[in-house]
Amino acid sequence: MTKKAAKKKASKKVSPKKLDSKQQTMESLVELIRITSTVVPDDVFKAITTAAKNEEKNTIADYAMGIIKTNIDLAKYKSQPLCQDTGTVIFYIYHPPSFHQTPFKELIKKSVTLATKKGYLRQNSVNSLTGENAGTNLGEGHPSIHFYEHKGSEVEVKLVLKGGGCENVSAQYSLPDTTLGAGRDLEGVRKVILDSVHKAQGKGCGPGALGVCIGGDRADSSYFAKKQLLRKLDDKNSHKDLDKLEKEIVETCNKLGIGPMGFGGKTTLLSCKITSANRVPASFFVSISYMCWAFRRQGIVMNKNFAIKKWLY
Amino acid sequence: MKKLDYPFSVEAVRELKVGDMVLISGKLFTGRDAVHKYLHDGNKPPVDLKNQIIYHCGPVTLQDKKGKWTVTAAGPTTSIREEPYQWEVIRDYGIVGVIGKGGMGQKTLDACKQYGCVYFHAVGGAAQVLAEKIKSVDGLYLKEFGLPEAIWELSVEDFPVVVTMDSHGNSLHKEVETSSKEMLNKLL
Repeated sequence: MTKKAAKKKASKKVSPKKLDSKQQTMESLVELIRITSTVVPDDVFKAITTAAKNEEKNTIADYAMGIIKTNIDLAKYKSQPLCQDTGTVIFYIYHPPSFHQTPFKELIKKSVTLATKKGYLRQNSVNSLTGENAGTNLGEGHPSIHFYEHKGSEVEVKLVLKGGGCENVSAQYSLPDTTLGAGRDLEGVRKVILDSVHKAQGKGCGPGALGVCIGGDRADSSYFAKKQLLRKLDDKNSHKDLDKLEKEIVETCNKLGIGPMGFGGKTTLLSCKITSANRVPASFFVSISYMCWAFRRQGIVMNKNFAIKKWLY
Repeated sequence: MKKLDYPFSVEAVRELKVGDMVLISGKLFTGRDAVHKYLHDGNKPPVDLKNQIIYHCGPVTLQDKKGKWTVTAAGPTTSIREEPYQWEVIRDYGIVGVIGKGGMGQKTLDACKQYGCVYFHAVGGAAQVLAEKIKSVDGLYLKEFGLPEAIWELSVEDFPVVVTMDSHGNSLHKEVETSSKEMLNKLL
């Protein structure tokens, strides 16, 4: 079954009895979580397929890419998580002005708990003070939910599952950085991004993808960097200089020889997406969000009854 | 492709070299952050780890109505977090293998050489390929740490890994880090 057919089938799996809007919303959200956790988006699949072809045959890198491809097929076929670390669950919701956020938030929480029970998410939320894991994936800050009002009349829900391994190798630099000789310009930005990829080695489960933000305060900078992961890998940056820098970073990183899983090899990075935010004169942060090859990102447009109308990736 | 079968031994892992692709069959014990800290704090492991392999993994597990567990996703977690503790666990409890991802540091490499242990790299994120190799769940210990952090006793068949740190002082991670640093310096 092709991915599109699988999704179509999945989205049609509405039970015959009529669901009320709460039930329908939850059904759509659980389905979004299932697909996000078990199927890589088309753009990521393409990038991984190309990377696999490029590795030299009979090397460890080639072996690793083979396992990665088999894993992608198997996860989809079995409808089980691509990676056992189902990550921080991050929702981005775009809604019309009349929309009520609070009840939707409650339904998201219920859906996350249900998806955990079904095994689409691992029991992944731990109380930082007590170490307690309630097993529900709920708790202070979990799941992470961001609402945005938009002009459209439909509700769009995007979801990213951000694993801990790649989050741990994500980084924030403050320019100038004297050890790297990185100043407050695009050349300095280039240097710190390359340094972060070198430092990550195989620990972020490469070949990886980067979301980068130049500027902002420490918090916004990290937030905008991560939000770049919502862009499709094969899109083009509308800012000419950033587009050039994105391409150059990927090209340069793939000369480093870190390769899949840090085994050595040709593809270290699948993509790099960069944005910028204003800063205060005293600060110049560059934030880098590293995403693993198991790039779990998906999105839906809901119809007026909250059923899935369209998949976004 | 090499094979490593249960029961494991120091002699068998001493034969392995960096770069070897190995299929492991037999028993694995998962153990990650909480378990390593627990052992480091002076607590005894709930199972005898002599000649066993520890797998840095927090699996996705489901229990059926009869109480039987299955592992539905089981890739490796980043090993470097256990670097402060791993050498002690190798020394004190005689484990002969560590499976994880991302590699480990000098302390672990030295312990591997001194006591006879190997670091096996599983492909990170490949939770389905690896879960397929798990044939049964034979035990669950330290459940109070939460299911991802507990010790799971697993039987595996042809579990695919690559030796990236051997018991002779060699580390692929060190090699790649050095060579990529040289290249980075040229490109900066």
